[in-house]
Amino acid sequence: MVTKTKNKKSMEFSKAVKKATGSYQKDKDMLIQILLDLQSMFGWLSQEVLAEVSEQLEVPITQVYQIASYYKAFSLMPRGRHIIKVCMGTACQVRGSPQLLNIISAMLNLKPYETSKDMRFTLETVNCLGCCAMGPVVVVDSMYHSKPSTQALRKIFETAK
Amino acid sequence: MANKKLSSVKELEELRKQILSQRHPDKPIITVCTGTACQTYGSLEVYGKLVDEIRKQGLEGVVVEAKATGCHGFCEQGPVVVIFPQEICYVKVKLKDVPEIVSATLAQGRVIERLLYKDPVTGQRIAKDPDIPLYKNQMRIVFGNNRYINPREIDDYIALGGYSALSKSLFQMTPKQVLEEIKKSNLRGRGGGGFPTGIKWETTRNAPGEPKYAIVNCDEGDPGAYMDRSLMEGNPHGVLEGLIIGAYAIRSHEGFIYVRQEYPIASENTIQAIKQAEEYGFLGESILGSGFDFKVTIHRGAGAFVSGESSALMSAIEGKVGEPKMKYIHTAVSGIKERPSCLNNVETWANVPLIINKGAEWLSSIGTDGSKGTKIFSLVGKVNNTGLVEVPMGMTLRQLIYDIGGGIPQGKKFKAVQTGGPSGGVIPEQYLDTPIDFDELTRLGSMMGSGGTVVMDEDTCMVDTARYFISFCCEESCGKCIPCREGLRMLREILTDICEGKGQEGDIEAIEDIAKVMQDASLCALGTTAANPALTTLKYFRDEYQAHIKEKRCPAKACKALTSYYIDPEKCTACMICFKNCPTEAIHGGKGIIHWIEQEKCIKCNTCFEVCPPRFSAVRRISGEPLPPPPAPETKVIRDKKR
Repeated sequence: MVTKTKNKKSMEFSKAVKKATGSYQKDKDMLIQILLDLQSMFGWLSQEVLAEVSEQLEVPITQVYQIASYYKAFSLMPRGRHIIKVCMGTACQVRGSPQLLNIISAMLNLKPYETSKDMRFTLETVNCLGCCAMGPVVVVDSMYHSKPSTQALRKIFETAK
Repeated sequence: MANKKLSSVKELEELRKQILSQRHPDKPIITVCTGTACQTYGSLEVYGKLVDEIRKQGLEGVVVEAKATGCHGFCEQGPVVVIFPQEICYVKVKLKDVPEIVSATLAQGRVIERLLYKDPVTGQRIAKDPDIPLYKNQMRIVFGNNRYINPREIDDYIALGGYSALSKSLFQMTPKQVLEEIKKSNLRGRGGGGFPTGIKWETTRNAPGEPKYAIVNCDEGDPGAYMDRSLMEGNPHGVLEGLIIGAYAIRSHEGFIYVRQEYPIASENTIQAIKQAEEYGFLGESILGSGFDFKVTIHRGAGAFVSGESSALMSAIEGKVGEPKMKYIHTAVSGIKERPSCLNNVETWANVPLIINKGAEWLSSIGTDGSKGTKIFSLVGKVNNTGLVEVPMGMTLRQLIYDIGGGIPQGKKFKAVQTGGPSGGVIPEQYLDTPIDFDELTRLGSMMGSGGTVVMDEDTCMVDTARYFISFCCEESCGKCIPCREGLRMLREILTDICEGKGQEGDIEAIEDIAKVMQDASLCALGTTAANPALTTLKYFRDEYQAHIKEKRCPAKACKALTSYYIDPEKCTACMICFKNCPTEAIHGGKGIIHWIEQEKCIKCNTCFEVCPPRFSAVRRISGEPLPPPPAPETKVIRDKKR
């Protein structure tokens, strides 16, 4: 039974990777673009997915890992169902994003780049989202919140199951 | 729109005529800014409702047209709605305002007073957007078209004369003449370096090797800068046209647009723009029947600050790790796949069609001796009018911050302005009258950079600012060369110690020593400039460093470890506001019982200080002096009737 589900899962990976590499005609120069597509598909890049990419593109696995670990957009760990991104750009910094991060971190009991045990939340930081007029900004599942109060944050987190 | 490939200038001009004949300049056009900031404030919903409401009130197609445009630059006041031809500007528009806008302004031409921008200085409402101080003092030659264009409609760009510079270049000028025109205009790279664009083009043109590449750098990593995103999002064809003209001048047939991963809308609009330009024949084989071929591919970045550096960006385009290379040979000669590669910033490319159309003399008539044309700045931080502003080079910092930016909010005192992003530096008040151009800012120890301008007030700690930038660079350093990797790590340690009250005698000198080595020995510009924020804060605010080290005091009361929060029992009215807002329940007391802070639980998030009503001002920040004891438990408030 275990092997069967495993096989099913690896089939799924293989198919997804085939689709991603196929849309770039298996061009090795497109490795970053392919990984970006897979990252947005799965939310993170597992060992199996990276091995598949290496095999299908005929690129050494070390090179795939080098890319996946270098760029900030890729996550090598599973992430929570809700992604919380606190902007740490200079404008937000000046307007109090360290304090905001502090508050969120205390409320969720998470440090940046940690995921809660129940896989509900992942806390991340980001360097400038380009909406400096609203700073400090926190993005919860692609919804932008400008300078949320403690009470507003409590509400946001409560509704995110 | 006739989806037809254009194969001559005549066909382009016929198409332009046809597009213009379908437009009615006398008909009201209502535009909604849908840049990222306005979208966040709900501008897409406002636009949707507007379209519905126009249909509902029967104005559709007959008298008005609604348009979703790119960023107008007035981000603080979003969502921004502008009605042409009167140029009535409504700010902070809510969904519930939409029916009235349609019935009053669009149908009857009546202005809705309450939606107009209110000048914080005079208190007056301003109806027309050219009269708003933020716009009035600008010179929006590159950025100004954003507000007329739906970035997803190539016809909008063509209606404004788009691609006429391309046809002029291809049919009336030789590649060499195009190059000479750019050289003559003295256009300098807008991405930060300020390198003369024409000379860069010439280097690539004359370099041996085929194919040659032309690249748009939209990897805008500087925190606090977002003009490239707004241009790429709001007017992608303007950038694309510049790129094609540049490619023609340097004899390149393949180009790339590298877009930062954090900018999804910019990617989408660029992809759409490339597709439309291909359909019309502005890209592809024999552009407009000229025999010149050029194709463009978009590359999304994957989140690495250093990838904005030219050699690193080119590695990333090759699908490799975006690390800078030693530039024994410049990338203009040996870049992507060791071929000549000409990389320019978004704003630089966007200047090109203007120069071709209006001539080199026109551009060089604007600006200072060394820096020509305009520059778009993102004016952010502690300033009243946050937004994107385009001004002629040579304007002073004071004009930028006070005349356009409207000064510092809440009557606070200006402390410094940070320019040039993590590679730049801070500029204190005494230099506010410095004209902004590439050379003047460098002279002050800072730099123009990509145009991020972060205003800081008295609440910003300069040591903490230096620590922030150093740790930013520390995380973004690729680690390839030792001076940058280790130097930044050491600087971060020292600066963190100072901020935490663990600074020692000799720390300041150590910072200066390490900075010197980094400047001399780092591989790329990230390392050689990374110490600038530390050096300039030291240069202009040495006393703040000394207060941290010697007195264990943070003068701005911003450093957490050196600051405590205290509720003055004499002033507290037990109003429960801070009590309710404290995220860690560190505030004790209750209704009618004076509040006090349990210091062990306090995470110093500043919330209580911010929410305490100004008429009470009971919360105090204390740094460098002992904390007074809390009141006896359960102390009741004695209500003073006068209050």
